[in-house]
Amino acid sequence: MQESDILFLEDSFKKYYFNHFDQITVPERTSEREFGYQKFNSGMTRHISLKDDKELHLMLMQNIPSDVYCSNAYYTFPNLPMNEKDWKEADLIFDIDAKDLNLSCRESHTVSICNDCNEVSKISTHCSKCNSSKLEKKSLPCKNCIDASKIEVEKLSKVLIDDLAITKENIQVYFSGNEGFHVYAYNSQFQEIGSRERSELTDYISLRGAIPETFGMRKLKQNRAYFPDFDDKGWRGRFSKYVFGSKSKRSKIITELLANGYTSFQKTLDDVSENIGVKIDPNVTMDVHRIFRLPGSINSKSGLTKTLCDDLTKFDPYTEASFLSDDTVEVFANSPIEFKLKNKKFGPYNNEKITVPTYAAVYMICKKLARIA
Amino acid sequence: MLALGQDEIAKYPFLADAGQYLKDQGFSLDQFGSDPDLKQLIEKAYERIRVAADGKIYKSDLDGDHVSKEAALPREVFSFLLAIVLLKLSGMHTLIKRFALAEARRAEKYLEKDLANISDESKNQLAIRVIDDLFSVQVKKSDDYFIIPVSDYLKHSINFHEREWKLINRHVENGQVFLSPHETVRLIRKELGTYINSKIINAKTPTMIPGFEDSVNKLVSLSKKFATYTVTTGEYPPCVKHAIEILEKGENLPHSGRFMLATFLLSKGQTVQQIAPLFKNAPDYNERVTLYQLNHLAGTSGSGTQYSCPSCEKLKTQSLCFATSECDNIINPLQFGRKKK
Repeated sequence: MQESDILFLEDSFKKYYFNHFDQITVPERTSEREFGYQKFNSGMTRHISLKDDKELHLMLMQNIPSDVYCSNAYYTFPNLPMNEKDWKEADLIFDIDAKDLNLSCRESHTVSICNDCNEVSKISTHCSKCNSSKLEKKSLPCKNCIDASKIEVEKLSKVLIDDLAITKENIQVYFSGNEGFHVYAYNSQFQEIGSRERSELTDYISLRGAIPETFGMRKLKQNRAYFPDFDDKGWRGRFSKYVFGSKSKRSKIITELLANGYTSFQKTLDDVSENIGVKIDPNVTMDVHRIFRLPGSINSKSGLTKTLCDDLTKFDPYTEASFLSDDTVEVFANSPIEFKLKNKKFGPYNNEKITVPTYAAVYMICKKLARIA
Repeated sequence: MLALGQDEIAKYPFLADAGQYLKDQGFSLDQFGSDPDLKQLIEKAYERIRVAADGKIYKSDLDGDHVSKEAALPREVFSFLLAIVLLKLSGMHTLIKRFALAEARRAEKYLEKDLANISDESKNQLAIRVIDDLFSVQVKKSDDYFIIPVSDYLKHSINFHEREWKLINRHVENGQVFLSPHETVRLIRKELGTYINSKIINAKTPTMIPGFEDSVNKLVSLSKKFATYTVTTGEYPPCVKHAIEILEKGENLPHSGRFMLATFLLSKGQTVQQIAPLFKNAPDYNERVTLYQLNHLAGTSGSGTQYSCPSCEKLKTQSLCFATSECDNIINPLQFGRKKK
């Protein structure tokens, strides 16, 4: 990124931070958290401890970070090196990202940017200009991406509430600021479990690693009675609803499953897992030392804000998470894909000089599809 | 400490305070070496270890879960305590481990029976308390099942590698896991073994007691049977091969894949300088960053922690496992190709 782009982004981010202090607050039990931030074109600064909102705002104003993070873990000494922090517990966190959902729309709104010559194209294997294979992919998520991610959030909430006894009041959903959602679960029985336990929990939520026996299929001594019922709790119930479709079809489908045999059932199970398992990023949930994007802060991959979703169904990130100013600015844009922000359509642009509002300019510059003219 | 009845001490001898028990019964260790009647018990103790070393469970004199004869109870407990003395005197750690595991499995049988005992509430309650006191697992009874909180279940189940222990293969409802008495007890086997093991490790080693020498010598030669030698083929496991292929093709290997590759090669003795060129083809290659991260993993910079190669289980979760039959149920990529001779 060129210097003028960075200066422009810093200036826009600074205005946001200054004008929206009310939106950027420290989480509960502040002094037990680790904070960190990144500046444009620079590494991560972490192991920071803060007392209150005031100190956070000071940090933002002094450093104008591109990204701000806060631990989901609680420590006695959050500012010491990792192995001296004295880890106490950590909230459960989940990352749902449209890019992990294998959506068919994805190809249509993904571009490749060549790391060698900066050429932007829709070819995903090599650069159309210099043939380099070092490509960076950027996606401009569409409504379908957001809707599909919301469905995963709904599925996740159901498992958390029904199977894992986490109360609705203790679940918070945030738009991540880019392509998905971050879900937090507080005050659960899982606060103190470690990384390996969380990894197991992840497999449960994603319906990964299931064996045929769990859903009634056996190698020997097969019996129709072992198969799940429609009203079963947990994954057996969800399996029934997906595989049998309706109560009346249960018997017929069990006959089919038994006829196809054990090995084939394992394949059915893979298919079931792909379709009804919740698609969460396992690395996020099992990391108990992570610093996770701070709610209310800007995501430098897009210039959008990590925003709390009170009503997930109605939530539209392109209107509700875009807080940058409407002041216009001139940029060179090369965006083969059109996008919509604050109910206004932009693009496509083919290497042209255009005048757009700051929020749209920031969006494109963050996606490496424009530079300040 | 739990208040234990006669039957309980015989079933769960590791719960008793050994020294106190001997004193209460009016014996000293020396007597077992010299008194011809008591000396048989040393033989019995040796037998108890030998059976354990063979991977079997010592068949006790208990009749059902009652002490069959008045005399059997002290014999039962003495042979356990003397076995510990013999093990300490022999100093053979492989035998201690095997003994602890076999004793855990023996106790497991009784725990299971006590848990499932619907006619005697006190037995049932004792088993539940043993599990809670020793392993902080809160078991509650619900119809034919025992239910424990998911978080407690996970703390123990992560030690199992069989797929049926994965949470996904369990009946989970409302934050609880439903288990049969057998599964409840099986869940804590390893910890029970560890508990017994640590009790033995932490016990004081007495000086050699006259009359104990023969059995101790027999134990030393018995343990030689278990010495193993391993050889490694040197071939990389499929997950590592796959990661290298991805990088060679210039495709993007996720952070978790890079972490696995680097920690694997570092553990195999490669240096940071040898490993760094592997990442040259990565789309986002930056020499400075790669070296910084490799040095961090190797523990030569940063906190000094040397990071270890993730387990097969973790790699499966991260979709980085490409197991073949050659993997042969290993639990960490580093074990690949290792054969016992």
